[in-house]
Amino acid sequence: MATLTKSGIIDEIVLNTGLSRKEASDGVETFIEIIKETLEKKEPVSISGFGKWKVREKTARRGRNPKTAEEIVISPRTVVTFSLSNVLRSKLSGKEEEQ
Amino acid sequence: MNKSELIEELSMRMALHPKKAESMVNTILNSMVKAMKDNRRVEIRGFGSFVMRDYKPYIGRNPKSGEKIQVKEKTLPFFKSGKDMRDRVNVGG
Repeated sequence: MATLTKSGIIDEIVLNTGLSRKEASDGVETFIEIIKETLEKKEPVSISGFGKWKVREKTARRGRNPKTAEEIVISPRTVVTFSLSNVLRSKLSGKEEEQ
Repeated sequence: MNKSELIEELSMRMALHPKKAESMVNTILNSMVKAMKDNRRVEIRGFGSFVMRDYKPYIGRNPKSGEKIQVKEKTLPFFKSGKDMRDRVNVGG
């Protein structure tokens, strides 16, 4: 099935809030920007019932180019990880229907 | 940052009534959850994407009691950060 993108989310906002398409679009961009700025400051973003974005520092490690089999050192880096909330996990794995 | 702080910040930056900002945030999140339930991928440019991954069933154990439990197959979203997000978080990397 089709991928949900920004434009699909904007459609839903227009439908649900009565805001204009322009306002909805600005809102989505601002929503994204706030989350990015927070993560840039290394602060986690935690949305109850949805999940949590966190910043993790990864140390250098050895790796291999899968094409050439050449050994390389993967530099240390800062990455964003997401963990699903338990509520959403249960909803998506259909546990709710079983209980 | 939690959800209410995010709503407050959005309301401030957009000069939008807090109720409208709340409804906007809820709509964004609900539309993503709805897509995930339908096994659809979510892709937000510059932010990241949620790809639905299939997990096979396996025999797990209750870590407290040691009791064996059958864990059913499931499909869960996996988040992959987008390029702009990656670059901004990984400064100097």
